[in-house]
Order: sequence, then C-alpha cells, then structure tokens
Amino acid sequence: MKIERLKTDLLIIGGGTAGCYAAITAASNAAENKGAGLKILVVEKANIKRSGCLAAGVNALNAYITEGRTPKDYVEYAKKDADGIVREDLLYSISEKFNEVTAHLEKLGLVILKDKDGKYVTRGNRNIKINGENIKPILADAVKKLPNVTVLNHVNIFDFSVHDNRIDGAFGFGIENDTFYAIEAGAVIIATGGAAGLYRPNNPGFSRHKMWYPPFNTGAGYAMGIRHGAEMTTFEMRFIALRCKDTIAPTGTLAQGVGAKQVNALGEVYETKYGISTSERVYGTVAENLEGRGPCYLRTVGITPEQEESLLKAYLNMAPSQTIRWIENGTPSKANVEIEGTEPYIVGGHTASGYWVDTKRATTIEGLYAAGDVVGGAPQKYVTGALAEGEIAAKSAVEYIESLSALQQAQGPDISSVNLLEKISEEEVTEHVAEIEKFLGKRINNTFEKARDEGGDTVEHLEEEMQAAMDAYAGGIKTGYRYSENQLAIARKEIEKIEARVGDLHAADLQEVMYIYELKERLTVCKSVIAHLAARHETRWHSFAENTDYPEKDNERFRKYVNSRLENGQIKIILRELTAEGQRNYEHHH
Amino acid sequence: MSIIIDQGKCIGCGRCHDVCPGTLIKINENKKAFIKYPKDCWGCTSCIKECPVHAIRFFLGEDIGGKGCKVHTEKVKGEKNDIVRWFFELNDGSVKTIDIDPKESNKY
Repeated sequence: MKIERLKTDLLIIGGGTAGCYAAITAASNAAENKGAGLKILVVEKANIKRSGCLAAGVNALNAYITEGRTPKDYVEYAKKDADGIVREDLLYSISEKFNEVTAHLEKLGLVILKDKDGKYVTRGNRNIKINGENIKPILADAVKKLPNVTVLNHVNIFDFSVHDNRIDGAFGFGIENDTFYAIEAGAVIIATGGAAGLYRPNNPGFSRHKMWYPPFNTGAGYAMGIRHGAEMTTFEMRFIALRCKDTIAPTGTLAQGVGAKQVNALGEVYETKYGISTSERVYGTVAENLEGRGPCYLRTVGITPEQEESLLKAYLNMAPSQTIRWIENGTPSKANVEIEGTEPYIVGGHTASGYWVDTKRATTIEGLYAAGDVVGGAPQKYVTGALAEGEIAAKSAVEYIESLSALQQAQGPDISSVNLLEKISEEEVTEHVAEIEKFLGKRINNTFEKARDEGGDTVEHLEEEMQAAMDAYAGGIKTGYRYSENQLAIARKEIEKIEARVGDLHAADLQEVMYIYELKERLTVCKSVIAHLAARHETRWHSFAENTDYPEKDNERFRKYVNSRLENGQIKIILRELTAEGQRNYEHHH
Repeated sequence: MSIIIDQGKCIGCGRCHDVCPGTLIKINENKKAFIKYPKDCWGCTSCIKECPVHAIRFFLGEDIGGKGCKVHTEKVKGEKNDIVRWFFELNDGSVKTIDIDPKESNKY
C-alpha cells in the first residue's frame, strides 16, 4: 500500500448534497475575500457525480418558502412534527436560505417547473416541483469547475486526527488505488450523511439494499465524531418511512398526486384516526396490522386511466421499480397499493439525529464543522436545507481558517499558511496503516460461502447478526418498532459481542476493508442509538421511539434534548434544556 | 433490485463504474464492465442513464416479486424535443414502451 500525505486548508469529507455546496460556497467566498489562495479538498468514497442521497434524482424540493409563507411557518411546521424537540436557531438559519439556494441551483441549470405566469409550480405549502433527475450531476459539475477545489473520488475516510480536542485532519484509503492517505487540514467539514443498514431491512435477501435511504450512507461521520468525544443529539428519534410494499417506493406521490387515502384490509380509512404527523402515519399502519385489520393500502382502485398513466410516468422518474411492479403485477386502478413501514434509519435531514452544533455548525470538536444529514437538531431539512447548511458550515470554516492564519502570522513572519501545522505524527500514520494491513494480511477472498465452509466470520455475516439483534431487541420491524429496557440491554450486549469479533475479519482488497470499517461505524452508531432509546423515559414519537416501559409522553421530564458523549469508553447521557422559543443563536460553552 | 450488463454490447468506457454510488461495478481484464456486488445495488439507475450503448438492464429481484422484466431507457427525438423512452422487455418476449417528455414528466 502506497502512503500519501496531503495538506489542505479546508477538508470536506463527503461530496454529497451538503459537501458539494460547502465546496461551492467556500470557493466563491474565498475568491471574494483576501483568502483567494484557500485550498479546498473534497474527499468522497464513491464519485461526486452521483454519490449520496441525490444519486437517483428527486422530483420536488420539499423545503421551500412559497408565496404568502414565511420561514417562521416552516420552523413551526418542523417543530410540531418533531413534537418540540428541535433547535429553532438551526431551523431558522436554513429556512431563511431555502429560496436563495434554490435560485442558485436554478442558475446552475436545475429545471424548476413554472406556471404560465412564470411562477414556480408548488405542491402543497412547502414544496416546488422540479425536473431533478440530474440534480446531482449539476452540483458536481459546478464543483469540478472551481479552480481551488480538488476532488478525491473513491477515497474512504475512516478516522479523524484529533489532538487536545482540535481536529488536525483525517485518515483514509483509496478503495481502487491501494493508497493510504493522511490529510492535514486547517478546518474540516463533515458531510457524510446519516446511517442506513443498522436494522434488518424489509427484504433481507437479494434485495436487501432496496431501501429508502442510500445503503452507502453508513454513519461514518457520526461514528468518527462519537469515538473522538463529540457531543451528539437525538439519536433516539429514528426515522421510519411509510413506503410501497416490496419496492420501497415513495407513498407521497400517491397520497398527494391522486388523493389516495390510507385504508385497512376492511377498506376503512384509518389515517385520520392516528394523526397525520410523519411518525403517526407510520404508527397508524403498524397499529392497524397489530389489531388484525392489516394489511394496509393506499386506495388507488377507481382512479381514471389518465391518472394511472401519469402515475406510471411519475414513478419512472423517481422510483422506476414501482412502475415495473405495476407492469408485471397489475396496475393501480385495478389493485390498491400495499404499504408498510421501513426499518429505522438514523438521519438528521428528516428526523433530528446527529452532531450537536452551534448556530455556525461548529461541532464540539474545535475546527470540525458539520452539514446535512450528519447534523442533529434540525429535522425536515431535505435537499435545500442540506445546501443551506453546507453554505453556513463553509462560511464558518473559512472564517475559522482565516483566524488561524492571522494567529500564525502574528506569531511568526515566516509562517503564512495553515498548511504548515505538521500535526499528524509518523506514529499516527503507522498505527492506522498497520490496522488496515492486518485486515489485508491474509488476502483471503472474503465470500459468504467460503466463510461458511471454514466456519469463520465475514462482514456480511456480522452485519446480518447486527441487524437481527437491532431488529429483535432495539425496536425494529419485528416488534412493530417497540422496545423495552430489558430488550435494549440484550441489544447492547449483542452489539458488543459482535464488535469484539470485527478484529478477526479479513479482506481481499481495500474495498472490502472499507466494508469492515463501515460495519465498525454501524456498530458504533448502534450503541449510541441504544443508549439514547434507553435514556428517553417516555414515548414522544410513536414508532420512531416507542418505549413500552414508558408508553406516555412526559413533558415535565423529557421536553428536553437527549445528548450524549463518549467519556472513557462509556456513553454519557446529557439532558439539555430546550433553547428558548424564537432563539436565533446558540453557542457552545466549553 | 439489481442490474445486468450485456458483455456483448459493453464497450468498456467505464462510465457506469464512475457513477455507481456504491462503486459496485468493476471493469474486467477483457475491458468489460460487470457488477461485482449485485446484492448491494440500491437501484438508483445512474449506470443505466450513463451507458452510451444501452448495455445495462435493471430488474426487480424475485424476493420482492420480480418476474423477470428487464428495463432500460433511450433518448429519442420527439416532435418538439428529446423524449426519454423506457423499454420493458417482458418474460413472454414482448416489449412495452412508455415515452416521457421531460418537460411534462412531473404532473405529480
């Protein structure tokens, strides 16, 4: 394995929605200011052209301030949906930028649908319709054009370099070029998204990755932060999507497009019975099933041939598997569409799990900023919120780098760049390389069949065990998303047992080494999820956090943020008071 | 859900490899693309959109009710502008197509 040392001013880990926009903002910000020589490095484990949540495209921007509405309305909506557990400062700061980043995307080439008066076509109060199949290539092209931005594709970052609670860079490896990277940076933006694959998925066989969230988002950013003692928030507020059965295609288009109602097996409309918040829609479906009135459907029988044709086309644009299903098995005008809840995900863009940040998106590790799904406290941020957060984090990080270089210039006239930090030691590099070499040492082809023959563990094997443990004991699909303290204690033990076996895994190449690190990341995140679920002694959000020991909401004790931090190997829970109503600024107090 | 790559049609340009968000597609020693990890496909269809010679098809796994229909898209000239034509090759040998005008594609 080749070893390469790189230096940059700003390192952006993850070239998805937030990471790309952070690069665009930092580059243009630097061009306008004195820091025109600022070097920006984007490191992405796939290729920024189609990586992250936008790989398949989207057909609407779900967070937009439509005519007659205000950012305050949006904040109120997100707050209500999360039953109060949000950071208003974070929500305001993104809501106030939704329309600005949308205009920028349009300038970059995104097609936004317009009516005959030239106004954006809206869908409901907060959405606008787009032709977003190519939204990610548009963002990626904009990044590639920037002169001071370098993109490293197919490089997986697996650890931060942190000294005295300041981040000095990160470690990674090229999954296709047999190279180890030690990257020093003045500031780092983490934008790796949320975590899928913690729980046993709806279809654990051949189609195990046919899931709502990108299966390649493995919680890397969460795990690296957790291990280095960053404070995290709201991991107990899991996200569960209500989807079309088997294809895991979206249901919103059926509900909003043709007005299909949620009905049980008896044909009764049940959605009004349980409420219409995101979690209540899932919960109602679970409850109807548990009470013997399942399965549940979206009632599409009786739609017109025109509606049906439009539906088939709409799904081809965003979830073609559903159109294939209709073509193979009969169309929606003839049969209602069965629906089910997905396995739980941890994600800061729909629910509120992630880094505990200040309003500037600084984490509790100095020099580390965060953007997008990896940030907690600001649910319902979606695409435009991730873009806005990328912008905010980039501006803050550039400001921080400028303050660092000003400090250095004051200290000595010869030092003019933050690139001269030299903080990553040879020992650190050797240690990380040795860990990778150990996994590669045996260079055995790591297939499931081979391991079964030999009785050894494989990544696939351990991942399935982890998902089964989370499913059965930490509120997965199997228990209708419910869990008790006793079950969580078993889950914790099972995850620790699996974790102890990871060191003995072996890999044929660096891509398989990446799979080992992804498993480790997921196990780290699982432990935090379990600790958070156990700490919230109430049921505030049905299904998302359904605690059978505490089935009621407890505003007195738990209208609070549940935060956590790893201290001496133990997850320490911190209950924090909600920020004040309308509060626009939050600062860390170290 | 996963994909199959027709080795006869593949020209080895590597574009599908570049865009796969999971880096699941590799190029073999004969300079042909193949999916190394078929169970890890998310079904995003990026590779299908990128392939210049329409060598990639995608399908629903049998475990989620798939019956063997193979799907791909091609850009064709419409009356006013380019349209996207979706081909569904069904098990009985018949082919169904659906045309989508990108300008009118987002009714819902």
